[in-house]
Amino acid sequence: MPLGLAPDAWRLLASGLLVTVGVAVCAAVLALLTAFVVGLAQLSRRTTLRVGATVYIEFWRGASALVQLFIAFYVLPLFGIDFPPFVVAVVVLGLNVGAYGSQIVRAAVQSVAPGQREASLALGLTRAQTLRLVVAPQALPAMLAPFANEAVELLKLTAATSLITLRDLSLAARMLVQRDGHTTLVYAVELGLYFLAALPLLLLTRTAERRLRSRGRAAPALTPVNPL
Amino acid sequence: VTFDPAYAFSVLPVILQGAWTTLVATLLGMAVALVLGLGFALAQASPRRALRAAIGFASLFLRGTPLLVQLYFLFYILPLYGVVLPPLVTGVIGLGLQYGAYVGEVYRSGIESIGVGQIEAARVLGLSRHRVWRHVILPQAFARVVPPLGNYMIGMFKSTPYLSAITVNEMLGAAMDEASQSFRYLEPMLIVGAIFTTASYAASRLLARVERGMPVRAG
Repeated sequence: MPLGLAPDAWRLLASGLLVTVGVAVCAAVLALLTAFVVGLAQLSRRTTLRVGATVYIEFWRGASALVQLFIAFYVLPLFGIDFPPFVVAVVVLGLNVGAYGSQIVRAAVQSVAPGQREASLALGLTRAQTLRLVVAPQALPAMLAPFANEAVELLKLTAATSLITLRDLSLAARMLVQRDGHTTLVYAVELGLYFLAALPLLLLTRTAERRLRSRGRAAPALTPVNPL
Repeated sequence: VTFDPAYAFSVLPVILQGAWTTLVATLLGMAVALVLGLGFALAQASPRRALRAAIGFASLFLRGTPLLVQLYFLFYILPLYGVVLPPLVTGVIGLGLQYGAYVGEVYRSGIESIGVGQIEAARVLGLSRHRVWRHVILPQAFARVVPPLGNYMIGMFKSTPYLSAITVNEMLGAAMDEASQSFRYLEPMLIVGAIFTTASYAASRLLARVERGMPVRAG
């Protein structure tokens, strides 16, 4: 076997990687939905929506995703809220990253000059039309780079799910080391796989940032980092 | 299940001891990251292409892989090569490496935000390369990097629970230790969650206040 790993080692790592990517993709969909709902709620005229959004953001940004995963995994079942680790991982990571993502949505919408919004309202467009026809076409491209950035953070966060017994790439690698040794090799392969999975997103971030810069528009300031 | 205040009170000392370790890890990790970040930023501003490329890749790799895996890597692999460190030190190095790469990016954008014109002007006026850094670039860059660095420090604080995976008894580790002995997870976990949420909220408020008081606004 190349690299001296057991014949089934690659299969084990690959099935772990599949779980990792599965959690990341499902959580990303949830995070994206959450980001738009919460980010737009923060810009709403209704005080209750604004306050609700702020409470949501501060709640999810307050503790690290790992602590939140542990609480969801160990404490919530005591109250009868008992889901398999995969579901816990997707929901907690999705809602957590969504809180950070909402700041990207808010910043991108706010980066569109208020004069444009006022002008289109003055021209008789409704608020919904203004958002869809004037704000969105400019705000959406500005979100691309920060979203890709956040997706990298999400992918890295998924490693935490191995600590709530989900058999992702990180847990697969640890089990493999425990069974066969080859510590350095397995961990190096694992790091390489995570990096390869993140690479398209990392490159996308770079390209999108460069494109915005060359158009003379600064990317919206990156919101507080998601701790990994 | 109900929250038992008496039990909560009895586990508090252990958790607070963990909180102390969390604080120490954050401060030391940030110190390492600030220094390493400077190395990353300066190397990427170097005229040598190979150095720029190598450090650029290292920084991207550190930012593209999970902290947890990096910690395991350091924890299990350093001893194989004769480097035996206390877990807390390994954890601080891990935090410092991962966040050092981010801090390097912050420095870099801080430096790049200063117009080339200023640097050229200073050079034309006869300032040495060293004095251009000291008197022109760094003072302005400093004001621009403080807010993002503050955010990364809060981020690092929230990342410290990962150190429990390499046997450091920081706040989460201490709470889990208690919980797995008594099989009572509710109180210790909620205390840890509450401390993290309160502390990072307070820190971000404080940072916003510092930012408002900064003499030079980023722009």
